[in-house]
Amino acid sequence: MAWTLVAGLTALLVLAPVAALGLEALQGSGGLWPHLLAHVLPPALVETGLLLAGVGIVVVMVGTGAAWLVAAYEFPGRRLLDWALLLPLAVPTYIGAYAYLDLLHPVGPVQSAIRGLLGYARPRDLILPDLRSLPGCILLLGFVLYPYVYLPTRALFLMQSATLVEAGRSLGAGPASVFLRVALPLARPAIALGASLALLEALNDIGAAEFLGVRTLTVSIYDTWVNRSDLAGAAGLALVMLAACLGLIAVERWARRGRGYAGAAQRPRRMARKRLAGPAALAALGLNLVPVALGFLAPAGYLAVEAGKRLHFAGLSGAILSEGLNTLLYAGLATAVATSLGLVVAAGPRLLGGRWRGLLLRCATFGYAVPGAILAIGLLPPLAALDGLLDGLSRALTGIPLAAMGLGTGAALVYAYVVRFLAVTAGSSEAGLARVPRSLGDAARVLGRGPAGALAQVHLPLTWPAVLGGALLVFVDCVKELPATLILRPLNVETLATHLYGEAARGTYEDGAVAALLIVAVGLLPVALLLRVSTPKA
Amino acid sequence: MSRTALALFGLVALAAPAQAQGAPEGAREVNLYTTREPGLIRPLLDAFTKASGVKVNTVFVDKGLAERVAAEGARSAADVVMTVDIGNLIELVDRDLAQPVRSATLEAAIPASLRDPEGRWFALSTRARVAYADPDLRDLAGLTYEDLADPKWKGKVCLRSGQHPYNTALIAAYLVKHGEAKTEAWLRGVKDNLARKAGGGDRDVARDIVADLCDIGLGNSYYVGLMRSGRGGPEQKKWGEGIQVVLPTFQGGGTHVNVSGAVVAKNAPNRDSAVTLLEYLASDEAQALYAKADYEYPVKPGVAVDPLLTALGPLKVDTTSLVEIARNRKAASLLVDKVGFDR
Repeated sequence: MAWTLVAGLTALLVLAPVAALGLEALQGSGGLWPHLLAHVLPPALVETGLLLAGVGIVVVMVGTGAAWLVAAYEFPGRRLLDWALLLPLAVPTYIGAYAYLDLLHPVGPVQSAIRGLLGYARPRDLILPDLRSLPGCILLLGFVLYPYVYLPTRALFLMQSATLVEAGRSLGAGPASVFLRVALPLARPAIALGASLALLEALNDIGAAEFLGVRTLTVSIYDTWVNRSDLAGAAGLALVMLAACLGLIAVERWARRGRGYAGAAQRPRRMARKRLAGPAALAALGLNLVPVALGFLAPAGYLAVEAGKRLHFAGLSGAILSEGLNTLLYAGLATAVATSLGLVVAAGPRLLGGRWRGLLLRCATFGYAVPGAILAIGLLPPLAALDGLLDGLSRALTGIPLAAMGLGTGAALVYAYVVRFLAVTAGSSEAGLARVPRSLGDAARVLGRGPAGALAQVHLPLTWPAVLGGALLVFVDCVKELPATLILRPLNVETLATHLYGEAARGTYEDGAVAALLIVAVGLLPVALLLRVSTPKA
Repeated sequence: MSRTALALFGLVALAAPAQAQGAPEGAREVNLYTTREPGLIRPLLDAFTKASGVKVNTVFVDKGLAERVAAEGARSAADVVMTVDIGNLIELVDRDLAQPVRSATLEAAIPASLRDPEGRWFALSTRARVAYADPDLRDLAGLTYEDLADPKWKGKVCLRSGQHPYNTALIAAYLVKHGEAKTEAWLRGVKDNLARKAGGGDRDVARDIVADLCDIGLGNSYYVGLMRSGRGGPEQKKWGEGIQVVLPTFQGGGTHVNVSGAVVAKNAPNRDSAVTLLEYLASDEAQALYAKADYEYPVKPGVAVDPLLTALGPLKVDTTSLVEIARNRKAASLLVDKVGFDR
């Protein structure tokens, strides 16, 4: 009963903005759809499809390759790379785009240095490919988002029973063959999960794509809404996108079909890492350094230099401190709520069974598939209605009019984050619970524990790494979140991301660099913790 | 579990900061919702607080400002809503989010073409859409916007997205002057001349010209001041000094300008303070700040323009009415899609 209440309420919270968008889309005159179908949707879908295909290939190759190298081999620098490979998670895509555009522009430091080396005087003497293109955007997003694949895949490689790999090796399979024929098929569900998260992030990105001149579906949604004041058309496009995302998620689930890996109730033996030496060790080190350098060191290093210049020039503004605190406050609250609700929603189908509970779990993931700004717009009517309701109640009961409790308050912001990222906490809790051998849960029930008791005493102790991992990811996501934060935040409240956006909008990146660096720094701690919780104890 | 959830909901409700509530009536405060970058408007607001003693609470919302004010409805804390681009300003009026203001001070300070006859919107500063060009180019004196479609510029033009309000307003003005067929042909011509995909910002046009990626492009006038003054850092100073700036005109017309402006919100809890703020922003002191701090053209006649802008030459403002431009915004945006300008 309690579960039904909480899960039902959660689904209601998530579906309210989606329903509001649906209503909004229906209110349109419909007059614009021919235009959208003729001139907007086809090219946007093609561009988005190409972007996602490209990003998908990059994140899977980089994420899986790196995960296998650090899980299966021992080489100098491996322990450092193990966590360094996660660092790009702390770099928001829009910050990556700003940094790289400055770095790689013909008048930026990289090309200037190349011209200096080659003895060219003017930029026109040496024309290199422009980052502002679809391939550029694919590479940029790919190298910033690959950790979404690296993290679950690495955990899976570490967890999988050594016996399989050893059997392969003893049967004469070479390293490539072990990877392709043993490890990869086993890792498919983790790769699919990570890739779908990365692709949803790519799809939601507005900053980087807009900056690099890539006209994705999300960018088109913004254009339709902002320049034509056509919220109905934008809502319609957003629903098209939601359908596309649900398709993505369905594909991911299909890839995982029938692959529950509730193993036996014993700890698998970790495989022994193969020690590499000489050129092979160097190659492994070099291969893994590339994504770390491209996804983190280059953009973060550039920001550090710029922020250093700025601090030297103007000192640290006191506002940054309060912005940092705001960021932590809202991200922390939202993480706590999203984690608790995600666990409850995910535990239902597992502990209580029932198809409809699984359906509720699916509903909880809708928010991740709607662009942040559009989600925020969808949140406005329900929040306003709630305020109206509370105000009406208060007037009726006490005669006192009530100020807004939802809209324009911190609660609205937390609500938006929760709706947006519940998919991540629910998904990771679900994945964690799926690995608890059913026999253990059944034993607890036989011994007289109720579902909640079994969850608290059996499942949680076994799955807390997955739950915490999801929570940490969400925390980093909230810190990075920009579009919904911009629309919903209260008067006089700035977060690091909104501060940075304001600076970027003005083009004074040096000021923004300090905020950007802080966003990255705030993201680092959870990333370090993520690695700890996703490393199974041997 | 449900108890925990309830406790968490309670926490969230508590976390709603008290400052989020609008200032109570009578307190000397005013709530400003703005799409202007906070850094640009902050000096003006600080000066206002100093002059009047009225505290300004701000929230900077880039996209979705009108939606937020509309959703907040009668309970909205917004007193003044400030936007850039005439289209966004008049949208507030069209959605019935603004209230008429009668103020002799405002009417005296702001020319009639830059405010609503009923006082529902007021422009507070103007900016021109100017051309940034390679300094080696000669004979740009008589440059017109129409020229940008000339095949002689093939592969040499850089622009930000055609869907950005700064370009949409220019295309809307073109529509008012030339009609749909000619505007579409012009847009196709300009698109064929692009050196790279339309995108980025106005400052990227300057940077790309310095990088020899293109020879000419359009950007707002105040960016020239921001870059050349060195306020955006030494890099941007190089970009600003590495371009020549000319004021193009429409054939037989003047230079296209857009505005930043404000309305008094329909449900303003502090209406009097809101009007006080607008009157301050139209005063000599504030208009001079607009010119000095933001390199904008003041709306108030007689207020000096910053030397960095006067150096660009005399501005002859195109006479197309701002209301007409705002009315054609949607048609312009549809045309941009139709010709695939940003693709």
